[in-house]
Amino acid sequence: MALFRRSAAVAASQPASARRTANDLRPGESATVCCLKDPQMALKLLEMGCIPGTQVRLAGRAPLGDPLMLVLGDEEYTLSLRVSEAITIQLKD
Amino acid sequence: MAGATKDAVRPATPQPGPGSAAPPAERLPRLALIGNPNSGKTSLFNQLTGLNQKVGNFPGVTVDRKTGVAQLGGQRRAEVVDLPGTYSLYPKSLDERVIADLLYNPLSPDYPDFVVVTVDASNLRRSLLLFSQLADLGLPAILALNMTDVAAERGIQIDLAALEQELGVPVVPTNARKGVGLAALRIVMADRLAARPPAGRFWQPGAALQPLLASIRQHFDLPNDYLALHYAHQFGQLHFLSEEDRAYLAQVTEQQAFDSTAEQAAETVARYAAINELLLEVVTVTRTERREPASNRIDKVLTHRVFGYLIFLAILFLLFQAIFAWAQYPMDLIDQGISLLSAAIQAHFSGPLVRLLTEGVIAGLGGVLIFIPQIALLFAFLAVLEETGYMARVTFLMDKLMRPFGLSGKSVVPLISGLACAVPAIMGARTIESWKDRMLTIFVTPLMSCSARIPVYTVLVALVVPDESWLGIFNMRGLVLMGLYLLGLGSALLSALILKTVLKARERSYFIMEFPVYRWPRWKNVGLTIVEKVKAFIFQAGKVIVAISVLLWVLASYGPGNRQDKAEARLRSIQADINTPDAKGNYPKRLALEPAELERQVAAARLETSYAGTFGHVIEPVIRPLGFDWKIGIALLTSFAAREVFVGTMSTIYSVGQDADLGTVQQKLANEKDPHGQPFFTPVRALSLLVFYVFAMQCMSTLAVTYRETKSWRWPLGQLVYMTGLAYAASLLVWQLFS
Repeated sequence: MALFRRSAAVAASQPASARRTANDLRPGESATVCCLKDPQMALKLLEMGCIPGTQVRLAGRAPLGDPLMLVLGDEEYTLSLRVSEAITIQLKD
Repeated sequence: MAGATKDAVRPATPQPGPGSAAPPAERLPRLALIGNPNSGKTSLFNQLTGLNQKVGNFPGVTVDRKTGVAQLGGQRRAEVVDLPGTYSLYPKSLDERVIADLLYNPLSPDYPDFVVVTVDASNLRRSLLLFSQLADLGLPAILALNMTDVAAERGIQIDLAALEQELGVPVVPTNARKGVGLAALRIVMADRLAARPPAGRFWQPGAALQPLLASIRQHFDLPNDYLALHYAHQFGQLHFLSEEDRAYLAQVTEQQAFDSTAEQAAETVARYAAINELLLEVVTVTRTERREPASNRIDKVLTHRVFGYLIFLAILFLLFQAIFAWAQYPMDLIDQGISLLSAAIQAHFSGPLVRLLTEGVIAGLGGVLIFIPQIALLFAFLAVLEETGYMARVTFLMDKLMRPFGLSGKSVVPLISGLACAVPAIMGARTIESWKDRMLTIFVTPLMSCSARIPVYTVLVALVVPDESWLGIFNMRGLVLMGLYLLGLGSALLSALILKTVLKARERSYFIMEFPVYRWPRWKNVGLTIVEKVKAFIFQAGKVIVAISVLLWVLASYGPGNRQDKAEARLRSIQADINTPDAKGNYPKRLALEPAELERQVAAARLETSYAGTFGHVIEPVIRPLGFDWKIGIALLTSFAAREVFVGTMSTIYSVGQDADLGTVQQKLANEKDPHGQPFFTPVRALSLLVFYVFAMQCMSTLAVTYRETKSWRWPLGQLVYMTGLAYAASLLVWQLFS
């Protein structure tokens, strides 16, 4: 976790380790978005279609581990986002 | 708004849109193009307007405002404004803020009569978010359903009639790449000139917000609640509101405990729910085989940990070759053409005005035109990389490497292009959305060693570094040259690191972006990009370059009083004396000069007594600690026009008192002696001068283009002061430590 600086605006609504985030996915693994932590970031994610209930799949990471590629929905489109942004996407268990 | 309820399928009260009145006869009807990034908006704009495009500025901001005139059906024409790509009407960047300023102010001179929303058919759900917001604002709209071919490939079928029914606006399937559907779109647009707002209401603000919205609506006399809601969300960023208006909005939103973030999130989620429901009846997906889209498979190679970087390196190499080597041919042609033109004029006319025209104005014009091949080639490359979708992958690959320096993955291409020329490179920084990242990139790019420094480097390196090999493999001169390039790169990155801490971000910046699917470039878009960039450079930066060029010419050609004429007369009289015997019939023991050499000496003497020469003498005390004399001082001033001028000036000024047959600049410099009779250009002195040229902002074209790109003199002046200071400090260090 020392690889990135945490966004200062991350809301402490839950203990940090309570839920897995999009950053914890293994390459190729899919999961469903549960909630979005950082309110400002959430607005951006929402308008780009990453809304709670959407399925996300980690398509891969950049060679240095950051940023990462998330495929949304039923292979609809691919988003590229930094680790600091991906950790605000919490997943359903 | 009679008749607006006709296609309404939702329980909606039609509301008069602010722009629904028929446009006054004296001006062209205006339509705005709006859509998600990568939804084919730019292609559509290019198809509609062709070469009838103008690039201007949105008032008060540095965002380019592209407009053009489109021929509609039935001999009617309309003005088209291309708005920045966005995912919603809540702006997240400075670019997107332009949209709010335009669409929320019916009194704006740019206020559109209707909007054409470009929608990616393969991403209908997400694209309709923006459309639904526009519809709720009450703007008359047409939906251009783009990329239907991609949708078909993915087995997505869209029932057009049902979609039109549900949305309440005309839906025109288009393929902006191939120009399909354009004719239909033109006809529908002509039809829409007396348009009415869409009737469907996708989402309504909750009852809890009603008191707030009612007071805002009343205060500003707004046509609907949704526009009032946007005033409540965005009043701080709307340029057209007065201070009192903002104070009023701040007060009412405070009073009603309006939580902008929570309301926005709730609205977006609710809109997606409504859109999902709507699409159930419109879209059917039949997928015969489940296989990964081709784009994802290509990504596995292009973003691979080894091949990804190798391919990127290969593309950079090609790009570098293009602006370094290929551009040389047209540049030489332009150079020769300008010389021929000057020579032809000078052969037929003479006088100070003709010299001003040829050596000042035409030379300055040549200094502008000479950049066109490099700008055209760089933007051809950038446009192809952007069009194919590869640029997004470059950002992805390089982001982590650049971030420690405060730069982003998007800074890589401008920085590398800076190795060829900072002028197109700084223009290329436009692809960086984040204001802070872009300013950092623009600021440090001139530190990359550009091709105009090569003549300076090669002359000085060849002068003092022996042509020997080190360890039997590495050529010493090559090593020193590489060291200079690395010094430039290192200083650019370090400067970014320092500036990062000084510069405050103007907005929260997001890295998140959509990976566009890989596509073949549309050559029409590539061509139009080149034309647009070249035009922008010539007409905006070009003016400054010609002006400074004329000024520098005056400084180097004229001197205070008649000192120049006196110096010339003295030289000529000495020469004349040589051929005249004195009273005793003896000839002076000096050798007569060749006529050509005499002319060279006259030129040098005139330069020394000119304003530029005076400048050299005046600044000598300042540059003496760097190991420079007044002659170098003159070269520093004249090479401000362009660094390669350094070589020519040094050649002129150092021809004083040297043998006529010394041809090259290098020999002239090598023969220059200091007062003790030792060679003037010692390795340390040459190194000090080299280091100065690595750092110094010796380029008026770069300053002019930085001004054009930042729309403020603060940035170019900052570059000038910072880089000159850096150059001075570095040279001082070299000279004081090693001499």
